[in-house]
Amino acid sequence: MQFNSISSEQTIFQKFMNFDFILLFCIFLLGVIGSFAMYSTDGGELLFHSKSHISKFLVFFPMMIILSFFNIRFWHYTAYIFYVIVLILLIWASLYGVKASGSQRWVDLYFINLQPSELMKVAIIVCLARYYHRVQLDKVNSFQNLLTAIVILILPMMLVISQPDLGTSILIALSGLVVIWLTGLNIKYFLYSFFSLLISAPFAIAFLQDYQKLRILTFLNPDRDPLGAGYQIIQSKIAVGSGGFTGKGFLKGTQSYLEFLPEKHTDFIFTLFAEEHGFLGSLGLLIIYITLIYRVIRIGSISRSFFAKLYCYGFGSAIFFYITVNMSMVLGLLPIVGSPLPLLSYGGSSMLATMIGFAIVMSAKINHKQLIA
Amino acid sequence: MQSNHFGGEKLLTINRRMFIIGAAKFVVFTGIIIRLFSLQITENKKYRTLSDKNRLREWRLPPVRGEFLDYFGNVVAGNLKVYQLHVVPEQVENFKSLMLRLKELLNLSDKQFNKIIKKKNSQKSWETLIVSDNLTWEQFTKINFFLHELTGAKPVLSVSRDYPLSENYTHVLGYVSMASEKDILNNEVIKNNHVPGLRVGKTGLEKSFENDLIGSNGVQRYEVNAYGKRINQIDHEEGTQGKTIKLTIDTEVQKLSNELLKDVAGSISVMDIYTGDIIAMHSSPSFDPNLFLFGISQDDWQLIRNNPLKPLVNKTLSGLYSPGSTIKPIVALSALENDVVSTKFKVNCTGKTEMYGQTYHCWKKKGHGVVDLKNAMKVSCDTYFYEIARKLGVDRLKQTALKFGLGERVLNEIYSNEKKGLVPDTQWKKNALGKGWVIGETLITGIGQGYIQTTPLQLCLMTAQLANGGYKIYPKITSSNDDVPFEVIKSQIDENYKNFTESKKGLTEASEQLLSFIKEKKHQPLFRNPENIKFIQNAMFVSTNEVRGTSYSSRIKDPKYQFAGKTGTSQVKRITERERELDLKTIEIPYNERDHALYVAFGPYKNPRYALSVLVEHGGSGSVAAAPMAKKLFKLIIDRHEEREKIRKEKLLKI
Repeated sequence: MQFNSISSEQTIFQKFMNFDFILLFCIFLLGVIGSFAMYSTDGGELLFHSKSHISKFLVFFPMMIILSFFNIRFWHYTAYIFYVIVLILLIWASLYGVKASGSQRWVDLYFINLQPSELMKVAIIVCLARYYHRVQLDKVNSFQNLLTAIVILILPMMLVISQPDLGTSILIALSGLVVIWLTGLNIKYFLYSFFSLLISAPFAIAFLQDYQKLRILTFLNPDRDPLGAGYQIIQSKIAVGSGGFTGKGFLKGTQSYLEFLPEKHTDFIFTLFAEEHGFLGSLGLLIIYITLIYRVIRIGSISRSFFAKLYCYGFGSAIFFYITVNMSMVLGLLPIVGSPLPLLSYGGSSMLATMIGFAIVMSAKINHKQLIA
Repeated sequence: MQSNHFGGEKLLTINRRMFIIGAAKFVVFTGIIIRLFSLQITENKKYRTLSDKNRLREWRLPPVRGEFLDYFGNVVAGNLKVYQLHVVPEQVENFKSLMLRLKELLNLSDKQFNKIIKKKNSQKSWETLIVSDNLTWEQFTKINFFLHELTGAKPVLSVSRDYPLSENYTHVLGYVSMASEKDILNNEVIKNNHVPGLRVGKTGLEKSFENDLIGSNGVQRYEVNAYGKRINQIDHEEGTQGKTIKLTIDTEVQKLSNELLKDVAGSISVMDIYTGDIIAMHSSPSFDPNLFLFGISQDDWQLIRNNPLKPLVNKTLSGLYSPGSTIKPIVALSALENDVVSTKFKVNCTGKTEMYGQTYHCWKKKGHGVVDLKNAMKVSCDTYFYEIARKLGVDRLKQTALKFGLGERVLNEIYSNEKKGLVPDTQWKKNALGKGWVIGETLITGIGQGYIQTTPLQLCLMTAQLANGGYKIYPKITSSNDDVPFEVIKSQIDENYKNFTESKKGLTEASEQLLSFIKEKKHQPLFRNPENIKFIQNAMFVSTNEVRGTSYSSRIKDPKYQFAGKTGTSQVKRITERERELDLKTIEIPYNERDHALYVAFGPYKNPRYALSVLVEHGGSGSVAAAPMAKKLFKLIIDRHEEREKIRKEKLLKI
């Protein structure tokens, strides 16, 4: 343990002053926006979803601040443990998990129904960052290193796919791949795997669940079954489109209020937001997210340790993936895959994972001068 | 240092690759913003419309049908509040158990129950199913009491047609019943106002005035959620009631007509000889149109359909009968107008006359002896009319008959079931039957037999136009404020008469101008010489009011009520020689072979105002079966005249 290295000697106050307040403000703002959006999904009343979302935010936001005080070396040190614990939870979930709406992705922890796959989205980045922290550039492309990285990535993916939860496993894969990409893995590997993916796609489709095949078909042509599979995407587009420039106004989104929108608490929260606040509001929200990502990347760029840099770059890009996959989906640019919008969508695990992720980023900021052996 | 430890190149790589990702992010975010822009700004209108289409749903309420009033403002077809039970199958969780519960509560028979189930299966699941369209108050309260356990059942207060005078107006008004698919397809207005369970006119005025009567839907706009549940009412548009239509009919006279024709098949029509107002128009037997409102029961329907007296046929308009002797005024007039005979012309009636080996009988076996025209009309001597018909020829007879309204629909477009009848001529026979006209056919046409066919309403119009001095009138059954008042018509007729006599005096140039002027005017004279009309009127008077006249026994002495008429007995089949020898009484002949009894009349004689025609199917002789009814009718009609004038004058003042 090297917690007491000289450069990390900061008082609590000094550490606090080293916080990235812009990032903190963005997170807080998104939490508030999320709470209001949730209030709107409850039809303008403080009901289950809004109460639960707000209380979770009130717990997890301070938790993030507290976790930020942990030294970045702590995260470096515990990276593998973190990954393994989440992996065990994933296995637990697939064995004894709580079933809901056809998939088994939750672990009952008595006080919270935890979705380990959400935590894995962060754990995979931490783990790979730790793994590549030591690997030298010329070794990155070695077969052994590549295989280790792929195993680290494939294990949780398989577990999540089998839940089944295609959306989350894609996001885990993207998060992992972006870290591998950043370490300098030869581009040809990416090209190879991209082409082999393309070739194997028809075979892969054969292994997809019926509902997943339907979603792809629906994405290609939402009008083929407007009341069935295409319903979600059509209604979502109607909601967003009818919002117009300034939106229908807070609590006045008829599409969501009248329950035309499915999953409006979770995956389609952006639809509700876009309907009520229009193009202007959506643009504002995007700017907040872009600022958020920019701050995370910036912290990465000033970090002196490779672990912190890799993690920040990785996590910043992962956030970008979460946002763009979710938004593209509700705007009809991608097929429907379950993927929450960070900090806005309802869901404790997603918020917990995101907060942990930001806590590590914040820790990297506070300790950006810190080196890790 | 770190950089030494890991190598600067590693740092460079990660930063370079991060930059690539950053660029990619920029592109993707730009793409999302473009997408947002295209959805929310460019295509906003389209999606806003779609969103409104999603959330707003209209509920159309049944329109309230316009009423029918008689001339005195009494409602003869109105609206009644009814309690109904509606179910929208789509909104019911367990349709079967709900229906079973309702069956129990409403005491539905298995047959009724199956009918409802059948109806449900034939319509869409979101369409309202009317379980009962006329609940009793008791059933209605019962349903309301158990409503909490009857999710999906909706007790509804609705309006339904009501015919307070039941069978009295059936053939005038027709009746309404559930709109059929055909009704909806054929009538744009019905289509636009249709709601499940809407009643529309099926026959009569109810049908022909459908577009005026139907009114317009009330509309309730609701915001609904994705499951179609009403969330809140956005607005409510009151529907408008259909137009009220006022009839020219006097309910009292109409009722009397119904009473007089009770138990027999027949028709009575009464008309104002100037305004053309139809005061009464009844066809017997009739039926209660209220039976059709909620779907007629099979038993009732069979009873109406299988009645040998044919209640479904409107005999006044669609019944075609040989006019019999009621045509004689026209034959006589035609002969006079064409100068075929003078009023002095005499014929010796021996009871029969022979022509080309064929014997033509007078109704009186022993014959009437020597008769002149007036006497021939009075005693209805057939032999005399054979003779003048022969001299006149059927073609010239037709011209006169057409002028007086035979062979043409009286009420034009108003009743789709009105018949034209037939006034034959030589050309017609050649075209229709491909055979030449035979002189014998002229003879029998002269006594209203043979090919000639008329409706009772045509005979009434004919009589009215004789009674008013021979001027064209325009019959109508509905009355409005735009009606030309009696006084105007009367002065028009007087003016026409003046012009007519002036033009006759010889000023040829002026007369031609005037004639063309007259032609454009309404109520043109139908005669060549007004004296001829007066003569016919007088002949009809003596036929009723002088001893040995055919309807002498039905006369009224009081000049206030005194009327003039002509009897008619129309043969249904050819009378054989044997039958003629037997000289059977009406009662001894099988019903379907008995003669139709007819009577046409106008009154009061001194200053005529009303004309009527009576027909009793298979009633036997006109003087026995039909003329006595006219007596009773005139009594009432003339008693009601003052009342009617009062209403008319009130109406005049209002304008």
